[in-house]
Amino acid sequence: MAIFLGDEIEEKEEIKALMKSLAKFIEKLGDLELENVEIRAEELTFIIQPMVGFTAQIPQITQKVEKKIETLLKAEFSPPIETYPGTITEVKIGATRSEGGSRRKVIKIGGEKTMPFYSFEALNPNKPAIAMDIFDMPIELAKSVRQHFEDVMHDPAEWAKRQVEDFGAEIVSLNLISTDPLIKDTSPKEAAKTVENVLQAVDVPLIIGGSGNKAKDPLVLEAAAEVASGERCILNSANIDNDYKRIARAAKQHNHIVVAFTPMDINNQKKLNRLLLDEGLSKEQIIIDPTTAALGYGLDYTLSLMERIKLAGLLGDPDLQMPILASTSNSWGAREAWMKSEEWGPKEYRGPLWETVTTITAMMAGGDLFMLSHPATVRIIKRLIESLYGEVNADQRIQDWITDIGL
Amino acid sequence: MPEKVTLLSVYRYLPQTNCGECGEPNCMAFASKLLDRRATPDNCPPLKKPKYKEQLAKLIELIAPPIKEVKLGVGENLVKIGGKEVMYRHELTYHNPTAIAIDVSDTMDDDKIVERCKKIESISIVRIGDTLKVNMIAVRCASKDPDRFSYVVSLVARSCNLPLILCSFDPKILRAALEKGQVANKRPLLYAVTEENWREFSELAKQYDCPVAVFAPNNLSLIKSLIKTLQAIGIHDIVIDAGSYTEGNLLRDSVNNFIMIRRAAIKRGDKDLGYPIMAVPAVVWMVENQEPVIASYREACMASLFMNRFADLLIMHTSEIWALLPVLTLRQNIYTDPRKPVSVESGLRVIGKPDEKSPVFLTTNFALTYFTVANDLESAGINCYLLVLDAEGLAVEVSVAGGQFNPSKVKDLFTSSGIEKMVKHKKLIIPGLAARLKGEIEDLTGWEVIVGPRDSSQIKSFLTKYWA
Ligand code: SF4
Repeated sequence: MAIFLGDEIEEKEEIKALMKSLAKFIEKLGDLELENVEIRAEELTFIIQPMVGFTAQIPQITQKVEKKIETLLKAEFSPPIETYPGTITEVKIGATRSEGGSRRKVIKIGGEKTMPFYSFEALNPNKPAIAMDIFDMPIELAKSVRQHFEDVMHDPAEWAKRQVEDFGAEIVSLNLISTDPLIKDTSPKEAAKTVENVLQAVDVPLIIGGSGNKAKDPLVLEAAAEVASGERCILNSANIDNDYKRIARAAKQHNHIVVAFTPMDINNQKKLNRLLLDEGLSKEQIIIDPTTAALGYGLDYTLSLMERIKLAGLLGDPDLQMPILASTSNSWGAREAWMKSEEWGPKEYRGPLWETVTTITAMMAGGDLFMLSHPATVRIIKRLIESLYGEVNADQRIQDWITDIGL
Repeated sequence: MPEKVTLLSVYRYLPQTNCGECGEPNCMAFASKLLDRRATPDNCPPLKKPKYKEQLAKLIELIAPPIKEVKLGVGENLVKIGGKEVMYRHELTYHNPTAIAIDVSDTMDDDKIVERCKKIESISIVRIGDTLKVNMIAVRCASKDPDRFSYVVSLVARSCNLPLILCSFDPKILRAALEKGQVANKRPLLYAVTEENWREFSELAKQYDCPVAVFAPNNLSLIKSLIKTLQAIGIHDIVIDAGSYTEGNLLRDSVNNFIMIRRAAIKRGDKDLGYPIMAVPAVVWMVENQEPVIASYREACMASLFMNRFADLLIMHTSEIWALLPVLTLRQNIYTDPRKPVSVESGLRVIGKPDEKSPVFLTTNFALTYFTVANDLESAGINCYLLVLDAEGLAVEVSVAGGQFNPSKVKDLFTSSGIEKMVKHKKLIIPGLAARLKGEIEDLTGWEVIVGPRDSSQIKSFLTKYWA
């Protein structure tokens, strides 16, 4: 440790005096506690020792600084690899015929051994997956989203097909919002019919969402679970303050997965996850949604929460080892995504970009499954994931960027 | 921090007079504040005395963050980058927001250059009390002509006040710019030292005392070698460009490099890599015949990606506001203090000059929600009362789902604000996103609840329809 390079006698004297008084101070106090910091006398001794005979080193250091460098100093980089004691649980979404369902495609998420895209130390086994939203009735959507399926919004089955066949959705996220007593109060039975229709229309797995009504959702999800028995759908969602037990029971009985949703609170998230496990769900049947806020509207909380949860899981906290669902289509709630504004430029580009940037951020922070709205976002995020998994061989030259960018 | 800095090791460098000038009872208490970054050595006035000069220097070194803070430019627009201490923002607030530079090429016409500089400097968006701005201009020597480049550098410097990045791999060209471009005393960032040019380049950096970038795409051993060499020469204001590829497996490598550099510096204490990292999302524009809209879109995505993975400086090419806005907003998000809720005080706000017939609105205390609603009401010229509910700093949709926004809190707010005595009617307008609370609020308060628009930009047209 280099300390006190000063070479004036006066200063050395001062240092000596300083150390003496410090030693005395510690001696007197023994163990000293100060604003949560503890210091012990041993520590002080340890620090003082390197002082002895220090003067001899000074010329050497000065010389080093002035030496003229003739050739490049060599240095080797070796990757700073870490290993984590924990692993994120792998969750399989959807079930094929042989597994008791009727899906042609199933999707696996989770299973991480390291933070997202830290592939220098481990390759996480499953790529993040992309779901696209549909609703059980035409709803108000930003025009730049709506225009891609305006003609099929009255028919959830056709809408689902569009998302899968034309836009590449790997999962369809069906939101049964008409069941809300304040909207249409559609009965659970009727809602379940819509679920059946969508299951028949597409061969990818399903996320089945309620309306957000705490009293009604468990009933709606229960009915949906029954008609989709064996399909390993994702029921969205169980909350601390809704009848999560009913949802968990339905998932257990009919082989589905449950989303544990909490509003931005890691402790409540742990609690809910435990409650669901206590209900008899296996770890492979839980996905967590710690709330996705839009870019500019609390995305900072979301990103830190996801990073904390992912790290905690990797460090071995069994209550936080579930994969993370990020409903990044929430970004369309941000007025920057849809509002006309001279100041902000054309909303046709701004809107999808708002969703894309929100998704990129959630993805780098640890999201495993995204719910998206705009086809452009889906395309870009998929390409990005393939790139980050090294599946596309690029032949990109950047050496001459200074001259070759153009005007 | 790789080597654990102890309270005593910090204390040792303080004057130890317990004079109290720092506002602490004694030096030990001040040491503990230094240790958790609630104070800087500046806050101890006696340390500035000449006799403590060495001690002060050592103290600064001791508590220096593992990522060096590098200052670019001078004066009021000076940009500080780096200074990071942690990998993840929940561990400790990130310091020094990512600086964003936009490029100017010396092959552009003079009037276009002036125009572009003015445009870049004038970008300014107010958001939750912050002004989002572009921080720097990167002048590229595409002409390969030292005279042209130094002329353009001086033209840019005259056209705007932003700090500059001077880009050329040819030290002769940079020398010309420093000699004749009238920016030599303004500490521009010199871009970039490479395996080929480091000798002449480092002389230049030393002579003009300017920060430098090192460039070695996808080669971290070479980055380390170059930095080790620069350090030995006595250059310490360094920015790392390990290449920011934007495609396929090369993008993967770049993201890995960013992560490895940061981790090596913070977790391993690798001093060669303890510098700010830069990315150049502008490279997406190297693809020929590309739609500008596509390029701007991709560039914004790459800027966001690299900013999420530790980039301290970005050089961009697009000047489209729709593409820059999300990037600037993301920067604002990443660099807010994660331990501090972004909220305003709850309670009653008076907008304009309301009377007993004026409408009463309800919103949450999430700062952005509040400012947006208040601003929309004001700019629409609506005289009204605005009740701000303590939703623990969350936006409407999230807090309704999470229960922080609930009917009994609304009732409490009625009582504490005294709103019932201020208006003669009993009508409350709630946010459209809180529609599902209508019934319960009515039952609990006895007021009629009117569900307002989902976004407050629609308030004016809403009022003309629903408020006689
Ligand atoms: S001002 Fe400096 S010398 Fe005085 S008490 Fe504070 S730390 Fe000690």
